[in-house]
Amino acid sequence: MSRVNDFVVRFANVNGTGSASANYLFAKSVFRMGVPVSAKNIFPSNIQGLPTWYEVRVSEKGYLGRKEGIDLMISVNPQSFKKDIASVRSGGYFLYDSTKPLHNEFLREDIHFIGVPLMEICNREFTDPRQKQLFKNIVYVGAVARLLNIDTNIIEGLFAEQFQGKEKLIAPNVKALHLGSDFIKENFSFPLDFYVEARDLVGDSIMIDGNSAAGLGAIYAGATVVSWYPITPSTSLVSSFESYAKKLRKDPLTGKNNFSIVQAEDELAAIGMAIGANWNGARSFTATSGPGLSLMSEFLGLAYYSELPVVLVDVQRSGPSTGMPTRTQQSDFISAAYASHGDTKHVLLIPSTPTECFDMMADAFDYAEKLQTPVIVMSDLDLGMNDHMTPAFKWDDSRKYQRGKVLTAEQLDALPQWGRYRDVDGDGIPYRTLPGTHPTKGSYFTRGSSHDENAAYSEDSPTYVRIMDRLLKKLETAKKMIPAPEVHLGEKKSDVAMLYFGTSMHAAEEALDILKNDGASMDAIRIKSFPFCNEVKEFIENYDRVFVVEQNRDAQMRSLLINELEIDPKKLIKVLNYDGTPITADFILKNVHQHLFQSIN
Amino acid sequence: MTYIKPKFAHPRLPENKLGYTRKEYEGSLSTLCAGCGHDSISAAIVDACFELNIEPHRVAKMSGIGCSSKTPAYFLSNSHGFNSVHGRMPSVTTGANLANRSMIYLGVSGDGDTASIGMGQFTHVIRRNVNMTYIVMNNGCYGLTKGQDSATADYGSISKSGHVNSFEGIDLCGMAIELGATFVAQSFSGDKAQLIPLIKAALSHSGFSLINVVSPCVTFNNNQGSTKSYDYVREHNEALSSIDFVPVREEILTEYDHTKLKVVEMHDGSLIKLNKLSPEWDPQDKLSIMTALHKSHERHEILTGLLYIDSESVELNELINTTNVPLNTLTEKELCPGSEILEQICSDLR
Ligand SMILES: Cc1ncc(C[n+]2csc(CCOP(=O)(O)OP(=O)(O)O)c2C)c(N)n1
Ligand code: SF4
Ligand SMILES: [Mg+2]
Repeated sequence: MSRVNDFVVRFANVNGTGSASANYLFAKSVFRMGVPVSAKNIFPSNIQGLPTWYEVRVSEKGYLGRKEGIDLMISVNPQSFKKDIASVRSGGYFLYDSTKPLHNEFLREDIHFIGVPLMEICNREFTDPRQKQLFKNIVYVGAVARLLNIDTNIIEGLFAEQFQGKEKLIAPNVKALHLGSDFIKENFSFPLDFYVEARDLVGDSIMIDGNSAAGLGAIYAGATVVSWYPITPSTSLVSSFESYAKKLRKDPLTGKNNFSIVQAEDELAAIGMAIGANWNGARSFTATSGPGLSLMSEFLGLAYYSELPVVLVDVQRSGPSTGMPTRTQQSDFISAAYASHGDTKHVLLIPSTPTECFDMMADAFDYAEKLQTPVIVMSDLDLGMNDHMTPAFKWDDSRKYQRGKVLTAEQLDALPQWGRYRDVDGDGIPYRTLPGTHPTKGSYFTRGSSHDENAAYSEDSPTYVRIMDRLLKKLETAKKMIPAPEVHLGEKKSDVAMLYFGTSMHAAEEALDILKNDGASMDAIRIKSFPFCNEVKEFIENYDRVFVVEQNRDAQMRSLLINELEIDPKKLIKVLNYDGTPITADFILKNVHQHLFQSIN
Repeated sequence: MTYIKPKFAHPRLPENKLGYTRKEYEGSLSTLCAGCGHDSISAAIVDACFELNIEPHRVAKMSGIGCSSKTPAYFLSNSHGFNSVHGRMPSVTTGANLANRSMIYLGVSGDGDTASIGMGQFTHVIRRNVNMTYIVMNNGCYGLTKGQDSATADYGSISKSGHVNSFEGIDLCGMAIELGATFVAQSFSGDKAQLIPLIKAALSHSGFSLINVVSPCVTFNNNQGSTKSYDYVREHNEALSSIDFVPVREEILTEYDHTKLKVVEMHDGSLIKLNKLSPEWDPQDKLSIMTALHKSHERHEILTGLLYIDSESVELNELINTTNVPLNTLTEKELCPGSEILEQICSDLR
């Protein structure tokens, strides 16, 4: 039986050999054929030499989560042959560089081997040593294109776009592509029993990674000051901001920058700069990952208590400590929600797609300034560093930046009195002033020590309690402002439900689809923010049990739900994937079935 | 020693060019110990800003944590202040400066705040040449946590509890010069005549200016045997020069002896006149000042005055080519590329 547009291809390469762009070419060509595709990099914490994989799922139904079971493996890395061969599903295919013969011990009876002499072809056809190495990648893309019925014209079109201004490079790339394609044509039967067929299923979607999207979102949001310290997987977010800023944020008259980016000496300084800039009325953010979040903790408490806006993106990776720095996880939720000593609590936004990275990044600045508090965007490595098919970004040109309650000189003159920390409107949000606004009014001393409504130092207990309680009230206001959860209800209400967030979304939706097809429909909720909106509690109360799907060992979101909403722990069933690879629908289903089976018995 | 005074209205207080009296530059009543050197520095800041005709609200007062870092509450009450976290004032000031390059940034810190927990940020704020004045109120101890030795305490200095310091002290001025600081001065909280012109010059300098002010802690480190006590500093203070600061466009009327007088022109056209007391030292020559600092260390002297200045200094915003308009005044118009460009970006991603 042949399967159209429903399979998984995995490329096994050596880190630092230029394979990334070739593999991307393959994924992009499927996308160009109108077929939904998702691509995941699985790479080591290494610059050159160690094995890396690139996994592409092609899915007619639009399932973009990762899937177990490899249908076609392209391995050009003898280091990982053994593991790679073992990972192909029974009946699948293994394409390798046959310049040197395969060890007999590697052979498996139940899969097909496709030998393409990549090195031999390149040695014969190219003279430049670098080209000999690089074009091996393009030759296998050509071979795979032939095996899977991908139109090489599309790939040639991608070359033309990629090498704009360097047209000399197009011809040798096209040549390499056809060398691969022709070799298959002459030596093997094609297409395989699974292949790509053109469709019109991607609409106006784009392909982009979450970090690029968030960087662009910050540009649109009007961020001007960016301070950061390099750490995988957040680094490319700031790189994205920088490259867009260089194109879109130059002053047309002077050529000077309408932005500033400072690579700080560490994460403490990075968040310190962002806080200082926000204090002074510029929109400023920093991006980091778990270890950086730990270092930023003290400063986050200062911003919370002195009520300053700041935006932070945490692109999560596998912890604790250095952990697996190039593998994904959702394991910073507790440390972000309650970052810092004393009673602190922060607003979290949880994107699931690059489009949400763009939107939430733009919104984060509005929330931070309206609420005068830190806002942390909780992305992760899977979302941040992998290319995803995602709806096109939209921007409403009539949108104004919501700068919150900031008083102008005129407003200060008109006010009979002003106190920095007075709750005038009853929403827990005071009015702030920016340095330099007025010669004699509105100045105050921002501090992390206890203060009264007029920002004066105070160790008076009732005053302290009043301010701390008002901060809680402010978070109640936040709940009505930040994104509400997305609720999915079936035709008939189910007894059990599923709760998920962030990058578990695709796998969870696929699992829910399968359950529905099996006649076991389950209602579901996707959480998009913290502190939890009232809808979250209302939803959970409606079900006997709720599967809480997350990508960490300790069920951190479940802990937050229990802690914040006082939900009976027995009701919340853990589904925990924490091996560093993105969660799959199969994993969720296995856990769900196991639990349901156990509870029946 | 303390000459900061409570606010009171006086009918005939002298006014500066802006029509402000000194009162407009004062802060709230100090809660530091009576006689604390830090209060004298606050008073010198008040005088310097008054005499320089600075609009108080154009100043941002930045600090870390410590007795010294509390002082921004005691001067310039019409300025915004930011009492941040221990040792991190430099980063907060850097961010604030990037947000609005048109304000005057005045940071105060302690020796603990700077030379221990804040050493990393101190070195990097120098390296980036952030346009700010950084005053270290250096008492050789942690005042606020009750007198422990700090990293600037001199070797052999004895604390009030009788403890003899067994480590070498860090020379913040020498270090700053090595790191490329473009304005470095040293002074004593008890020497108002020297401190005020130094603060004025520092505030007028474009780039990073450090003033390390020895500022005795009367409660924990003013005893016999301490090298940061009033008595010790008075006896060992070695002024390099007498200094006069001439604000921009004010004429120099008197004639000078040019063998002794050095005039340094600053970015904004202001002049620093230095009456050099030591012939082999030149404030624009790093090597001569490093030698002078080492020699003074051997002689157990504290060199004071303007030690080094680079009048060609290029501050951070210029270095990274930031627009001249304060970034915090830009609006959607300059910042948001709009939907059409977004559509173009998206179509390139298909
Ligand atoms: C992270 C952190 N660690 C420790 C402290 C406690 N602490 C407060 S002030 C201070 C030392 C201040 O010394 P210095 O900067 O010299 O200021 P001084 O009081 O002497 O003027 C310390 C250790 C703190 N506030 N924060
Ligand atoms: S303890 Fe020392 S540094 Fe602190 S206020 Fe008192 S005298 Fe000044
Ligand atoms: Mg001290």
